[in-house]
Amino acid sequence: MNMNFASPADPDTLSRLRHRLGLAAEAEGLLDIAYTTIDSPVGTLLLAATPKGLVRVAYDIEDHDRVLEALSQRLSPRVLRAPKRLDAAARELGEYFSGQRRVFGLSLDLSLSTGFRQLVQRHLPEIGYGQTRTYRQVAELVGNPKAVRAVGTACATNPLPVVVPCHRVLRADGTPGGYVGGPGAKKALLSLEAAA
Amino acid sequence: MGIGMKQPFEKVVEQHGGTVLRVCRVILGVHDAEDAWSETFLAAMRAYPDLPDDANAEAWLVTIAHRKAIDVLRARKRQPGPVVEIPEAPSALGVPGAGDGDLWRAVGALPDKQRQAVAYRYVAGLAYAEIAEILGGTTDAARRAAADGVKNLRKSYPGATTEGAPS
Repeated sequence: MNMNFASPADPDTLSRLRHRLGLAAEAEGLLDIAYTTIDSPVGTLLLAATPKGLVRVAYDIEDHDRVLEALSQRLSPRVLRAPKRLDAAARELGEYFSGQRRVFGLSLDLSLSTGFRQLVQRHLPEIGYGQTRTYRQVAELVGNPKAVRAVGTACATNPLPVVVPCHRVLRADGTPGGYVGGPGAKKALLSLEAAA
Repeated sequence: MGIGMKQPFEKVVEQHGGTVLRVCRVILGVHDAEDAWSETFLAAMRAYPDLPDDANAEAWLVTIAHRKAIDVLRARKRQPGPVVEIPEAPSALGVPGAGDGDLWRAVGALPDKQRQAVAYRYVAGLAYAEIAEILGGTTDAARRAAADGVKNLRKSYPGATTEGAPS
């Protein structure tokens, strides 16, 4: 039918309805994963949280669509863009990037990592703001001095970069080493913390 | 996307939210359409983990919207007083800003089944077999309901055409 009711629904109404859906889903306990995106000096960051806490921070170069698909597969497909649950995370990250915050006070959900990787990621916040450690030192910190390579893997698969500070772990020769956000992002975070 | 992979629900809303809203508007009018849309997507989100990966998401959503709309239509019929099934005011049926009250009155005046068949066929673009499953009854009956709906619309609204409609 070539009729007006087949014309596209107005975008304002749809965005209002989608916003309302996010609130209703949260109230009904259906919002397994809420996400939003924020601008930062290291590019657009995706923030995702379960009811337990922040579960994922992802850089642009990780491809946010793929990150959301992976969350949908691994945790739950009940995923909505619903910024409210991420308000505290967005605020604390904003403060961090403007040099106003040195420690994050967010609830974290580490369920994307298991075993030794999660153990390493739990210990990483012990490396203070503006400090660095080598992969070997972190291996010693978690009580497994021979597991240097495994520490490298744990850092590379950190689901919560920036908040869980894997950027503070460097190679023994002082060069930055790999980083999930790319070497530029790692350097940017290290110089941000050195300057503050 | 790989085979057997369920996309995030946000993508489902993004891809089908507009169509479901248009369907709800045709069935219920603009005012009740928004509540029906919200209830449809909330119910869909609840059931989404159990939806087979290869299911037709749009037909599934229209099926849910159909049930939600029937609840609203039933409630309207129970309402006492002169305000029944078909609100007279064009503002209750027309798309805001679309300025075509005659068409909306004509659509609103169709019997429920014809209006539903027209919406699912010409707004959602579903196959008659899918529409038959939603309405109950045979594929032929669904085809007939849509054809009768179009015929009645042409009578009361000569400007209506089926150009560009799915064949």
